[in-house]
Amino acid sequence: MSLPQLPPVIVGAGPAGLACAATLVEAGLRPILLDEARRPGGQGTRRLSPAMMPFAEQFLGRAYANKTATREALEDRLLTRCDWRPGTLAWGIFEDRLEVVQDGRHDSIRFDQLLVAVGATDRLMALPGWTLPGVFTLGGAQVALKQHSAFIGQRVVMAGSSPLLYLAAAQYARMGLRDLIVVDTSKSADKRRAAIGMVLSAPGTFAEGLLLLAELRRRGVRRIEGAELLRVNGTNRVEAIEIRHADGRVEALSCDAVALGHGLRPETQLAELAGAKLKFDPILRNWFPETDEDGRAGDRLWLAGDSAMTGGRIAAAESGRLAALSMLAARGMTVPADAAKLRRRVERLRVFQQRMASAFRWPSHLAAELPDETIVCRCERVHAGTIREAVRKQAGPVEVNRVKAITRCGMGRCQGRFCGQTLQELTASTSGMPVETVGRLRAQAPVRPIPIEAAMEGDGL
Amino acid sequence: MTRSSSFDAIIIGGGLFGCFTGLFLARSGKRVAVLERGYVGAQSSGANFGGLRLQGRSLSQYPLSLAAQHHWETFEELSGESCEYDRNGMVYFAHTDAGRERLLGYAENSRRCGLEIALWEGEALRRNLPWLAPSALIASFSPRCAVANPRTATPAVARAMIGAGGALLQNCDVTQVDHKDGLFTVAGTGCEPITAPVLINAAGGWAGQLAKQFGEEVPLFSAGPPQFVTEPLPYVLQPSVYAIEGDMILRQTTRGNFIFAGYPRTLSNADGRHTFVPPHKTLNGMRAVATHIPALRHAEVMRVWSGVEGYLPDMLPIVGAGQTTPGLFHAFGGSGGGFQIAPAVGECLAHLISGDTPPVDLAPYAITRFASAIEASEKLTREFDRV
Amino acid sequence: MLDGPILFRPAVERRPDITIRFEGRDIPACAGESLVTALLTAGLLTGRSEFDGTPRAGFCLMGVCQECTVWTSAGQRIRACMTEARPGLDLRTSAPFETFAS
Repeated sequence: MSLPQLPPVIVGAGPAGLACAATLVEAGLRPILLDEARRPGGQGTRRLSPAMMPFAEQFLGRAYANKTATREALEDRLLTRCDWRPGTLAWGIFEDRLEVVQDGRHDSIRFDQLLVAVGATDRLMALPGWTLPGVFTLGGAQVALKQHSAFIGQRVVMAGSSPLLYLAAAQYARMGLRDLIVVDTSKSADKRRAAIGMVLSAPGTFAEGLLLLAELRRRGVRRIEGAELLRVNGTNRVEAIEIRHADGRVEALSCDAVALGHGLRPETQLAELAGAKLKFDPILRNWFPETDEDGRAGDRLWLAGDSAMTGGRIAAAESGRLAALSMLAARGMTVPADAAKLRRRVERLRVFQQRMASAFRWPSHLAAELPDETIVCRCERVHAGTIREAVRKQAGPVEVNRVKAITRCGMGRCQGRFCGQTLQELTASTSGMPVETVGRLRAQAPVRPIPIEAAMEGDGL
Repeated sequence: MTRSSSFDAIIIGGGLFGCFTGLFLARSGKRVAVLERGYVGAQSSGANFGGLRLQGRSLSQYPLSLAAQHHWETFEELSGESCEYDRNGMVYFAHTDAGRERLLGYAENSRRCGLEIALWEGEALRRNLPWLAPSALIASFSPRCAVANPRTATPAVARAMIGAGGALLQNCDVTQVDHKDGLFTVAGTGCEPITAPVLINAAGGWAGQLAKQFGEEVPLFSAGPPQFVTEPLPYVLQPSVYAIEGDMILRQTTRGNFIFAGYPRTLSNADGRHTFVPPHKTLNGMRAVATHIPALRHAEVMRVWSGVEGYLPDMLPIVGAGQTTPGLFHAFGGSGGGFQIAPAVGECLAHLISGDTPPVDLAPYAITRFASAIEASEKLTREFDRV
Repeated sequence: MLDGPILFRPAVERRPDITIRFEGRDIPACAGESLVTALLTAGLLTGRSEFDGTPRAGFCLMGVCQECTVWTSAGQRIRACMTEARPGLDLRTSAPFETFAS
């Protein structure tokens, strides 16, 4: 087999993609770097809107704001040395071609080395009332502030089982939102059990978490721990979220906005279309692509960042760098770097995330308790009861893609991203099968809707 | 053998051919078992376009097609469930001179078989189909053509079969089929061996292997058309719309999604379990939609798929008795038209198995036709990639 | 019909300097801010579920859920969270299919 000749292609300009690009550039290559967004940064390290920029110190804290400014300046310089293609949606991969839509036009990019680093989105469990205006994802609540320069409401409840609840709440509080409640549905006993392991694997990250908690206390943010989410109430908008406290007491927290998040769900569709195999991770209770320790997932395919394995910002960057080293090695090139050290660091940070996942558990048990009238698929309006009925019926399926075919759950515009996790758990709990045996929604191109007219010209074939 | 359960008939393949055959056999009092490798209707029976098209069939296929349409029209009585049957009508249009000739020929055939067909040209064409691009030359409309939801149809038939006393074994991958002393024994992973004097080969894209085991080699190959669906949009398009040139087959569901299929079809993978749609085919399809129905150029494509369908060179299925082994019957090779004819295939085969005369003559579908050179369908060159 | 609750509260001072049209109405917006900010701070919904008519007003705000989809008068489908406000935008909440009706 001949050595790769084409420029490496990187999908996703978040921490993983940018770090990979930086290493490739260092070796003298000019990678093609593309992102659906107009600006680099990804989600967790999404850049602030121009309107928010004057408040960067207030929002990020002085030290981190300075670090961020330095990093973003470096990234800007890096982009001039890449074939940077913002506003470019990668929608499919077939053999050695990446299919994209850039500014409304289709293009096809041939590659012999591809890094997919498209990150993760919020992992959600359906909740009665979650389609009401004013309910957003937890990631969405952060994007509202960073990019849309707005709070999702005046009286906000951030709820779920995720360490990101605390970060998002701190960001809102720093920007002056006072009426804010965090409902952390994870149990304090779980967190205590996981704490030692977290300290051991990534003491720095653990300390950051403690600082956040202290900050929220200082800012007077109410925090409820170990509660269960029952429903979002309201007629044409969010009016309250009803919760059951750990002691059994039911309380309706009056609010005009709710942010929901139970951790992160990797965006694996592109990797799957490129041929990556997915395997079930019992601790995270979810499916992740298989890679070697450097993120290689095939002859032409590398994966890094949260779309490969939940690990957070730093692990993402380090895994991007590792992937770059592996890509370079496949080209017979090297740059000075300690790959072994990078591997250890990525591994430690990912172990930390695993411990974190046992502290902030995915509330799989809630699927069985969802009332039948709960909308599970927001796009196609499919109820929990419909899914249960399909699974229970004679000649019915206990495989989620068949449940999708029969109920339409997961067939809508978001392509199963926000209902898929609930669908897996509902199918499992209704059939009595372990969740890893009922499968997961298979990826289908296009991984995002694409306009028909995009095909009309400039298809690059 | 002591642990085997015995049946009157074993059907391999839980597609629509297999389930309908099972249903009609069970209704006639036979003890039947349908063995399905995965889930019922998961392959071409569930992944097809959902068209119940009567126009454009070959003359020899009309008796079967018309018998089948009657069952679709009374599907709820037959199965006890809805399959979203919708008599929405179907339009063929031509945008080339060759297409125009073919369209007129199809219309003539349809009328000869008793189908009501309206032909529209010029002013009538613009008036009836105002959304069609000016490049359209002529259209034929058949009000009796319909659509159904392929994803729900097969499970409904399977349940009706169970209701009539039949057995369904899903996730049963057949690994061995033996025939001895007039009895078939079928064993597979995930199911106990079972026996019956009658075996029905309804294994779709995989039926060729089974036929071959019994010394009946047929030129069956697997392929699937590229298909895609748009996001739901306001419901504006009632009839299914087929470009007779094959580059666009389109319908809108009453929920609002536009479903596209088109030719050329793509051959399935070597593993025979998937047909991947190369992106250029999706893009060609998108161009065809934007060209023929310009109002749809802004609609967004949400999902692309294909299926694994069994095709035969004359584009006709094999339905009938095997020639080498008493008790062996075949029902496969729908050749892209299997969904519509399935109820009649099941009904006729059930009659044949019970020793009755089938309501439709099955001679055109005999497996023996491959013993001598057969005439390949003109569709074969037009509707597939050149290999 | 598309009036909804005021959902977004500006986190920083906002000085609308342009006007966009939404369902035939003039909406104040800041050039360069996202359409979703302009709509949700003005108390407008982005649309309604096509299957039950319930109001929708965005969900993930990062281009994934497609719930803030709106259409331009020219028929282009855009996500309000991924598109910047610019003068002259004329938006509506459903696909313009008049061409079919005639």
